[in-house]
Amino acid sequence: MIAELGLAALWLAAALCALQLLGGALAQRDENSDLARLVRPAAIIQGLLAGFAFLMLLWLFYVTDLSVKLVATNSHSAKPLVFKLAGAWGNHEGSMLLWITVMALAGGLIALVERRLPEKTMLATLSAQAFVGLGFYAFLLLSSNPFERLPQPALEGIGLNPLLQDIGLAFHPPTLYFGYVGLSVAFSFAVGALLTRQVNPNFARAMRPWVLGAWIFLTLGITAGSYWAYYELGWGGWWFWDPVENASLMPWLAATALLHSVGVLAARDALRTWTIMLGVIAFSMSMLGTFLVRSGILTSVHAFAVDPERGSFILVLLLLYIGGSLLLFALRAGTVSEGERFSVTSREGALVFNNVMLSALLGIVLLGTLYPLLTEAFDVRVSVGPPYFNPVGAIFTIPMLLIMAVGPLLRWRGDSFARIKNSVAIVAAIMLAVLALVLILGSYGLLPVLGLAVAAGLAVGSFLPLRGRNLLRAPLSLWGMVIAHFGIAVALFGMASETAFSEEKLAAVPVGESAEVGPWDITLEQVAPVAGPNWTAIQGRLAASYDGGDPVLLTPESRNFWAPTQETTESTLATRWNGQLYAVIGNQAADGRWQLRLWWKPFVTFIWYGGILIALGGLLALIGRLRTDLKRRYVKSRQADRAKEAAAL
Amino acid sequence: MNNLKVWIPLAIFLMFCGVAAYQLTQPKDEFVESTMVGKPVPEFELRPATAELPGLSIADLKDGKPKLLNIWASWCVPCIAEAPHLETLKRQGVEIVGVAIRDRPQDVARFLGQYGNPYTKIGADDLSEIQLSIGSSGVPETFVVDGNGIIRHQHLGDVRAEHVPMLLQKLAEAGS
Repeated sequence: MIAELGLAALWLAAALCALQLLGGALAQRDENSDLARLVRPAAIIQGLLAGFAFLMLLWLFYVTDLSVKLVATNSHSAKPLVFKLAGAWGNHEGSMLLWITVMALAGGLIALVERRLPEKTMLATLSAQAFVGLGFYAFLLLSSNPFERLPQPALEGIGLNPLLQDIGLAFHPPTLYFGYVGLSVAFSFAVGALLTRQVNPNFARAMRPWVLGAWIFLTLGITAGSYWAYYELGWGGWWFWDPVENASLMPWLAATALLHSVGVLAARDALRTWTIMLGVIAFSMSMLGTFLVRSGILTSVHAFAVDPERGSFILVLLLLYIGGSLLLFALRAGTVSEGERFSVTSREGALVFNNVMLSALLGIVLLGTLYPLLTEAFDVRVSVGPPYFNPVGAIFTIPMLLIMAVGPLLRWRGDSFARIKNSVAIVAAIMLAVLALVLILGSYGLLPVLGLAVAAGLAVGSFLPLRGRNLLRAPLSLWGMVIAHFGIAVALFGMASETAFSEEKLAAVPVGESAEVGPWDITLEQVAPVAGPNWTAIQGRLAASYDGGDPVLLTPESRNFWAPTQETTESTLATRWNGQLYAVIGNQAADGRWQLRLWWKPFVTFIWYGGILIALGGLLALIGRLRTDLKRRYVKSRQADRAKEAAAL
Repeated sequence: MNNLKVWIPLAIFLMFCGVAAYQLTQPKDEFVESTMVGKPVPEFELRPATAELPGLSIADLKDGKPKLLNIWASWCVPCIAEAPHLETLKRQGVEIVGVAIRDRPQDVARFLGQYGNPYTKIGADDLSEIQLSIGSSGVPETFVVDGNGIIRHQHLGDVRAEHVPMLLQKLAEAGS
């Protein structure tokens, strides 16, 4: 009954979505028609229905209803509760339902609160949102029904992919989804504005919170995903340039560019076409990522719901949304004027530079990701990895970060470098000092050395915009920018020092003996079998002591899950302020010695601290913007009241 | 229309769609077989996993009769689900030998008492040695082995009702 309720709610939501599309489209001719008045309520009720359907799915997973195919194939009665619930979205059908739910709720929220745009643009936006939504409903209901019943209830479920049975990963996909869906809202705004030719600062202010929100979630999602891959996959790395990782990075790059250009549009009414273009591109990247992950078209370590039929469905959606919006863009771009002018040496100039570099970066990641696909069409199998991405990426990243360190000091519209020359000198001096220091310390690769120098300069540079200001009265959005930029410096520092200073040791150790890596001394005390709720494992007990200090106990495991059967390595980490010891236990050799893989990674945690700081900066900026908006709305309503009173007198 | 630049993104995108559509229609090898299929089972000798049945050795697989080699364990939940289907196969005259992975005799006996015993012999594989050497990555898995000890087919996961005819056919092919 529960499954049928969920399915019914989903069909109803889809019907309302169709109504929303139609009403919004017809309202473009007559915005006072009865149909136009239905659009907002349709969006709100659609959101509630989709939310209800998702709750029903959660309920089915909560009670492990094995008569539902999705539950039987993804859950298991012996699984811990949190992973039972995570099973609801840890699969293709459930995650599509989560996607449409978040999207419908976002649509409902816009319909409920957004009053800034002209009504006609607003209706066009909701209509565009419904257009995207309808495709996903069709996908769910026609090809991936999450509520499908089995002809006969299963005796026991198959389980959730053991790699996904991890608290970090249980929440990683939804976080990314909130990001992707936020970008779908930005996309709808861009299409709505293109349709009604209303690209102006008001449009930018309406769009900005959605871009910021999406960007915060994407940042957190990528950070969490990177940390998960680092400690769960047991290979010791934190970024692999895997197509699935790139699928989340590309929308982030586009959203970062969009975030900055929408700011320019809001503040200065410049970069109109560029902002619209980025709005379209950012969501296109989310869709493209989904396509790459779901179609099985690229080989990836994250192989997920590989299914050419579904791939074809998403490809059609891609053609409709991206093709359609790019066509609309090409037709309309000429009619949107570029907006205000500015000189090269100005805040806008620096932001345009950042935008161009980010777009170039996006281009090279996209090219690297799709290149194997292209060559495979000619029957040549290649894989593109770090040797391509790292140096080519750095060509664009380093200049961008240099400008980023001083760009925020420039004034809008026109400025001179002479005015900020002291700040530039400070940043440059710090970079050179760090460069010299690292070169004295030892010989490391070019990229990590440059990375360390740029990180130091950027760390200081990011705080310079606060100089001479009353710190308590500086706007929250300024603090947000400062912290986000500082976060970039922190993450970069982590990446560069991990690359430069990491030490690795592959040792074969009998029980009772020890191995050394960096400043650590690690003794293998014991190896014993252990059992969990749905796995058995070989667990090693390691006593690790840093520089002769008190030993820390580490217990790396090699786990065997039996539903479904899969072997995973559970690495363990000893975290200090200045880095992490990373230990993995492998097989036993014939002579009784155990294989240990040990890494000492100085300051590796800064990568993720940086990610969190970046997201925190975004959050502060979002709160600051929303507060300003509310104030502005309040002032406006007061003015309107006064005007009414004055008229009454 | 007068500005060609604005059409570039659309052109690139359409090119991508063309390549993607082409790739999607290309057949892909989806089934990953053990590299051991077509090769003989390596030498082994396992002690009995339970007092009621004999253990298993390589000689048992070379007695001229095709068999099913079922990798399982009493702690394995999907193994419970496949038990009735193994019974069906046994009733059709199939000889099934088992390898119990990291198991205890009393648990094996309890499992067989509770869910039925389709096996003629069960070897105890405490260190997963046999399991790994024949290319099995987990429980349950079922191999079709011909009369000369050559692996003819590998079935991943539990045996369900719909797999029974397929396994019978593979056994018939292995017998000829």
